[in-house]
Amino acid sequence: MNIKKTALYQLHKEHNAKFVEFAGYSMPIQYSEGIVKEHNITRSKSGIFDVSHMGQLFIKYSNDITSKLQEILPTDLKNLKINQSKYSFLMKENGGIYDDLIITRMKDQYMIILNAACKENDLQIIRNKLNDQSLEINNNFSLVAIQGPESKSILESVVSNVSKLKFMNGENFSFENDEIYITRSGYTGEDGFEISLPNKVAISFVEELILKGSTLIGLGARDTLRLEAGLCLYGHDINENTSPVEANLKWAISKNRINDNFIGSHQIKKQIEEGVSKLRVGIKPETRVIARESTKIFDEKDNEIGKVTSGTFGPSVNASIAMGYISNSHSKTDTKVFLEVRGKKVPANVCDLPFYKKSYVKGEANV
Amino acid sequence: MSNTKFSKEHEWITLDGEVGTIGITKHATEMLGDIVFAELPEKGSNVEKDGTAGVVESTKAASDVYTPVSGEVVDTNQIIVDDPAKINEDPEGAAWFFKLKMKDMSEMNSLMNKEEYDKFAKESAS
Repeated sequence: MNIKKTALYQLHKEHNAKFVEFAGYSMPIQYSEGIVKEHNITRSKSGIFDVSHMGQLFIKYSNDITSKLQEILPTDLKNLKINQSKYSFLMKENGGIYDDLIITRMKDQYMIILNAACKENDLQIIRNKLNDQSLEINNNFSLVAIQGPESKSILESVVSNVSKLKFMNGENFSFENDEIYITRSGYTGEDGFEISLPNKVAISFVEELILKGSTLIGLGARDTLRLEAGLCLYGHDINENTSPVEANLKWAISKNRINDNFIGSHQIKKQIEEGVSKLRVGIKPETRVIARESTKIFDEKDNEIGKVTSGTFGPSVNASIAMGYISNSHSKTDTKVFLEVRGKKVPANVCDLPFYKKSYVKGEANV
Repeated sequence: MSNTKFSKEHEWITLDGEVGTIGITKHATEMLGDIVFAELPEKGSNVEKDGTAGVVESTKAASDVYTPVSGEVVDTNQIIVDDPAKINEDPEGAAWFFKLKMKDMSEMNSLMNKEEYDKFAKESAS
């Protein structure tokens, strides 16, 4: 298989990126600064992320399309306002998740942002549901995120009026006479924006952001940032066998859809009414030891009660952090558990998410 | 570091009498990235040449630290346990891992000198 490159590949190279293959794309894992510094730059100033490997699917808006999409997404799309975004899931029959996504209602179309590793499968599911085999992921557009406290003023200096956007809202703007679409969103726990823009202006746009004081950040720091923010990584923290309820993401199911019909709704309703046997929680080891994915979790009597799904060292909280699924009976905050790392049992505590307190909302953008 | 030798697992050892100070090379730290965790052998324990004698974890992955020679661990460097980032800053100096009393001095002969190691590291990186 030919490894794919984003429109920003050359720019990454010029900035001394180290590349890794991710979902069939050659993506920057880090630049010369390294993961910890890149993480800290994003938290304290501003970082730019190339997320063009993610799928951008545009679907023409109609009432019929809205109804059909509601059959596969547990989100109230009928009351979604123009330019409003929602975090949602592509649901599986068993209540599991085919993918997590952001859906935005633009003026006359929906924009759905899909995970790179899932986008082809997602596309087929959506094509089948909408009975439209001509639907395609739009590969002519790049997706760039700018995240961190200084991002608002940096982006404002390149795109006027962007700072008026509220969290999880978007709008059309222009750059070099090209139309671009910006939402106030991201996946780092910081205030920030995601910009969908034509490939041909991607490099000049990012160069402009760098010139105004932002910095390119690799996927390595993106992972430590999202984990500190308690956000799920598809394929690790959520998958086809974890439901939004088990994943502690019930908030993302619209209240007026719980009793409605969508794929997997029977299972979701049952889980909400009867409870679940396992739950995604935050876990904080008492030492600096890192509990990586698949680390087994035990109770005080040495019974296996769960597994870690993501674990790393959080530079901003200066501690080892993890999340995973744990039996419901042990999922309460401050429950003492043990993590088996290299044959030793490391004491840890169940804790609230996020590890790092979000600062999505700043100034006039309060929601 | 004229009496310093290097192993293929990217550890260095500097000998003072029969006590060797052991750490990981600058090249190793560059391969690992930001180190965020270090685990050292216990003082008084015996370690065997090429056996595991610790762990380092970067933001990306865990890696074993091997001992280039056999002996009894006589000292460990708590500084790198408390602040693992020191390993990236000064891997071949202040951020040594442990000291051991060598069991068999002839084991030093199997290790590389600086020039040999630099060549080895360059080749293994490409």
